[in-house]
Amino acid sequence: MFGKLTWNAIPYNEPIPMAAGAAVVIVVAIVLLWITIKGHWPYLWREWITSVDHKRIGVMYCLLALVMLLRGFSDAIMMRSHLAFAAGDGQGYLPPEHYNQIFSAHGVIMIFFTAMPFVIGLMNFVVPLQLGIRDVAFPTLNSVSLWLTASGVLLINASLVIGEFARTGWLAYPPLSELQFSPDVGVDYYLWSLQISGVGTLLSGINLVTTILKMRAPGMTYTRMPVFCWTALASNLLIVAAFPVLTATFALLTLDRYLGFHFFTNDHGGNAMMYLNLIWVWGHPEVYILILPAFGVFSEVVSTFSSKPLFGYRSMILATMCICILSFLVWLHHFFTMGAGADVNGFFGIMTMVIAVPTGVKVFNWMFTMYGGRVRFEVPILWTIGFMVTFVIGGLTGVLMAVPPVDFVLHNSLFLVAHFHNVAIGGVLFGAFAGYTYWFPKAFGFKLHEGLGKAAFWCWLFGFYLAFMPLYVIGLMGATRRMQHYDDMTWQPWMMCAFAGAALILLGIVFQVLQLIVSIRQREQLADISGDPWDGRSLEWATTSPPAVFNFAVMPDVQGEEAYWGIKQRAIELQKLVDEPDYEPIEMPRNSPTGIVSAFFASILGFALIWHIWWLVGVGLAGAYAVFVVFAWRIEDEYIVPAAEVARLDRERRRIRVETILPRGKPV
Amino acid sequence: MTVQSPVLGDHLHSHDEEHHHDFAGTTTLGFWIYLMSDCILFAALFAAFAVLRGATAGGPGAKDLFDLSYVAVETTFLLVSSFTYGMAMIAAEKQRRSTTLVWLGLTLLMGLGFMGMELHEFGELIEKGAGPDHSAFLSSFFTLVGTHGLHVTAGMIWMVTLIVHVLRGGLTEKNITRLTCLSLFWHFLDIVWIGVFTTVYLLGVA
Repeated sequence: MFGKLTWNAIPYNEPIPMAAGAAVVIVVAIVLLWITIKGHWPYLWREWITSVDHKRIGVMYCLLALVMLLRGFSDAIMMRSHLAFAAGDGQGYLPPEHYNQIFSAHGVIMIFFTAMPFVIGLMNFVVPLQLGIRDVAFPTLNSVSLWLTASGVLLINASLVIGEFARTGWLAYPPLSELQFSPDVGVDYYLWSLQISGVGTLLSGINLVTTILKMRAPGMTYTRMPVFCWTALASNLLIVAAFPVLTATFALLTLDRYLGFHFFTNDHGGNAMMYLNLIWVWGHPEVYILILPAFGVFSEVVSTFSSKPLFGYRSMILATMCICILSFLVWLHHFFTMGAGADVNGFFGIMTMVIAVPTGVKVFNWMFTMYGGRVRFEVPILWTIGFMVTFVIGGLTGVLMAVPPVDFVLHNSLFLVAHFHNVAIGGVLFGAFAGYTYWFPKAFGFKLHEGLGKAAFWCWLFGFYLAFMPLYVIGLMGATRRMQHYDDMTWQPWMMCAFAGAALILLGIVFQVLQLIVSIRQREQLADISGDPWDGRSLEWATTSPPAVFNFAVMPDVQGEEAYWGIKQRAIELQKLVDEPDYEPIEMPRNSPTGIVSAFFASILGFALIWHIWWLVGVGLAGAYAVFVVFAWRIEDEYIVPAAEVARLDRERRRIRVETILPRGKPV
Repeated sequence: MTVQSPVLGDHLHSHDEEHHHDFAGTTTLGFWIYLMSDCILFAALFAAFAVLRGATAGGPGAKDLFDLSYVAVETTFLLVSSFTYGMAMIAAEKQRRSTTLVWLGLTLLMGLGFMGMELHEFGELIEKGAGPDHSAFLSSFFTLVGTHGLHVTAGMIWMVTLIVHVLRGGLTEKNITRLTCLSLFWHFLDIVWIGVFTTVYLLGVA
């Protein structure tokens, strides 16, 4: 009846997952109870859960990412605190069994459920606004993507208290991840949660590529798009090209585990190294899927806060697209030690060094943008400068490991761990935080508290160096990754130092949580009514904060690069807005529960497959098909915002503009 | 018509066209992009097959198992189904509902014939002891061909759904867009099958 699922699946005798699980359950219960008591369900259902508005969906993606950041970070600080003491006779407090689950879950959560939702959320929120359009190409599909990602999150967190998670590392290499060596459900949780959220990501990629290729405002030619849109295009093209490989690879491992196939087994001709090749054909582009949108954020921030156009706009586009293509030609550097031979290793080593060139172009462009500008040191540009310094160090250690003989020494060492955290934290995460601070006032109409934001930044920056520079050192001394205990006592001071760094990062996170709470409480003082709090240059700053559901009352006609900057300067010069347009009714897509309902069935399907509850698999599949049919049946899927309402909202916006933007004085 | 903008001084269009998404064009482009991603999924499976084709683990190989004339008939079913789907689309563009439905029905029959033959082949192989759990070669064979078969099956379920759609709603613009997407899907599967036929069967037996 319940497949492999019994009461024994709940780890009663392991205090840490039980306590953590209980805490999560209690927090979720309190939140749900609070929503119920306050009667917020109808509002949540109407305005958020069933919303197909790209802005709402973007916000929900980012919220998901922030929550999962807390979860992933709690894994991280457990590892650091354990390793600070698990030296020599000290055993630490995490048994190997549990420690292995923690580093696997940490990697999976941080990449798939923190970094990915964060960048996808930012792209979802910003790209249509920057392109001057009203929504993405497929609004309902967008909601499906979000909720499928949430479904993956649900499954991976369920593994905390029902069964266990994989002990295989974040990429679940076979043969370890095969049934023979991982007979429990850990790897199945891994496979199905990532498979379901992966489908969501793929759909999101298709959606955004179509949006950018097909739906730009009049006059918004490719070479007038803001760089963030270009990086979003590159990133989503990579999603479309790379995620199917992940889907296929996981499907093959699933077949091995469920039906006794022999793709990656040790016997019957299976080939485990093929898994490494396949997964990294996805995995390396994935690195750029994450970092390219971050590069886009930095480009926007650098230009805005230097009050200058971005230096080398076209070279920025070219560099982005070069990285996009080259990212498919470097995957083998993740396993030089496989023994593919000198020629193959040489090729991939050189390609890896080559990909550093366009990245270098970008770094110089950002520096030249700041050069001669009047840099306003607000929080977004602090993250950006922190990134520029940190990322260059991470890039250099990466180029170092691109040399195959060096890699033979450093493969799977803590040096590697330090390297990829250096680029992931210093690049992706700093970029996400910069974007979060930069676009927060656009989403909610008030700024984040600046002092707390600065405190969070400095804690993160120094915390990062304190936590990861020691890992470079002990990595060179021979410390390996995924190590639960070590005998060499000379490593311990470095491990202590790394723990102190993690603690400092924790302080940074505390400041970020405080920042959010304080900002919400002080939203009146922090309010931005102008819609353009940073003196921005692209179209998202032309509308109100938060924007009306239709974003733009009339679609802008773009005249050149930096669409909004030109418009704004002309208006300031003439000291008047242009004449009022003729307002017309606007058709907007209707809300739809399709996303949440399909995620509901996907979660059932995933859970049933993990525990081999076959009848429930049938229910999940039937439900999924029913959703498809019902959705396909909808005929009336748009509603009309009347012209009078459009006019009312836009006149209000124009009135505020006259009061707030025109007095800003003549351009320099 | 160009009028002055509320966006602090630029020009803009206020045509009706902006009130409607370019539904057909956008949907079709989105679907094309999806197909490209599906193509990459198949590329991964083809690559796996190419790597593992010799890994028979002492068991039977392609030469011992495949019957080219059987596969030729199977292939014919699929190729003809592409033709019949094409005829259905021509009829749909001309707003001939019953003709469209007849051609769609024929396509469905061809698809059923193809799937029947494929499942029969699978059954025989498993009966012979050459199932997917026997060797890496057979694993990759069953996965590649089976994934294609799953796509065809999904296409047929979708086709039934669309037939009901057309029966109820007629050949509306939206339904024609839906039929166009399925048609892209169906022809795409045909092309993938030509790849399967060549790499798996022709090169296998040669």
